[in-house]
Amino acid sequence: MSEPLRGVIVSHAAVAQALLAAVTVITGVRDALVPVSNDGCDTGALAERLTQAIDNKPAVLFVDLPGGSCLTSSVRLARGQANVAVVTGVNLAMLLDFVFHRDIPPADAARRAAEAGSRAIRTPVA
Amino acid sequence: MSIALYRLDDRLIHGQVVVGWGKPLNVGFIVLVDDAVRSSAWEQELYRMGVPAEIEVVFASTEEALQRLPDWECDPRVGILVAGDIETLAALTANSHRVSRVNVGGLHHRPGRSERLRYVYLSDTEAAALKKLAARGVEVTAQDVPTAVPVPLEDFT
Repeated sequence: MSEPLRGVIVSHAAVAQALLAAVTVITGVRDALVPVSNDGCDTGALAERLTQAIDNKPAVLFVDLPGGSCLTSSVRLARGQANVAVVTGVNLAMLLDFVFHRDIPPADAARRAAEAGSRAIRTPVA
Repeated sequence: MSIALYRLDDRLIHGQVVVGWGKPLNVGFIVLVDDAVRSSAWEQELYRMGVPAEIEVVFASTEEALQRLPDWECDPRVGILVAGDIETLAALTANSHRVSRVNVGGLHHRPGRSERLRYVYLSDTEAAALKKLAARGVEVTAQDVPTAVPVPLEDFT
């Protein structure tokens, strides 16, 4: 791919901004992710924020929950667009993996993110 | 039991409805009244995704909701009915005496609306429509989550 994927973190409140800050602190990568909050948005306003964040670039939308306004707006926007994929249950582990693997198609990146995120969920013996 | 909450929320089924209200009320079903969603299978699937399997989700048009309201009110489970606009809920209240209280849970910013509460934006026409509802004897309050204090209609219109 000619242009690396953009990641858009879509969340309630300030979760997206906090995840972005954590990724930047850990990796130093500053240009891979854009945070979007649904604060104060109806469906139309959130769609507008997402459109601006995607900015006509190939993108993966990292949504916080597998349901709710963040998901419905994201899927509506991505529907029928091969250049935009959606993954839910965003966590720090999947974002850390994503920022270093942005030269693959959006759907592949979304699948990869889901796997990386799932691998991070464990119950270590304390 | 019956429908415990008639909610006006332009995000329709989302976290505040499923978790915020759904958990403390121990809901067994959620009715989403929206003509557009009723006719869109993929949108219905999206709204279902955010709801645990043990909670039934019913999609209804305004017309269907009017017909089925008596059944839902007699359902042994606790239910929540959600609509995204005032017009839809007004239609239900105008044609049924069963809706005595309306919860304004979230109407967000869009052109033509002004902020009335952090989570309630209304145009003057919408504010008037809510007052009209109240004038018919429906108790209208704003409350996004159960732990918040209900705000009487006169305090946000």
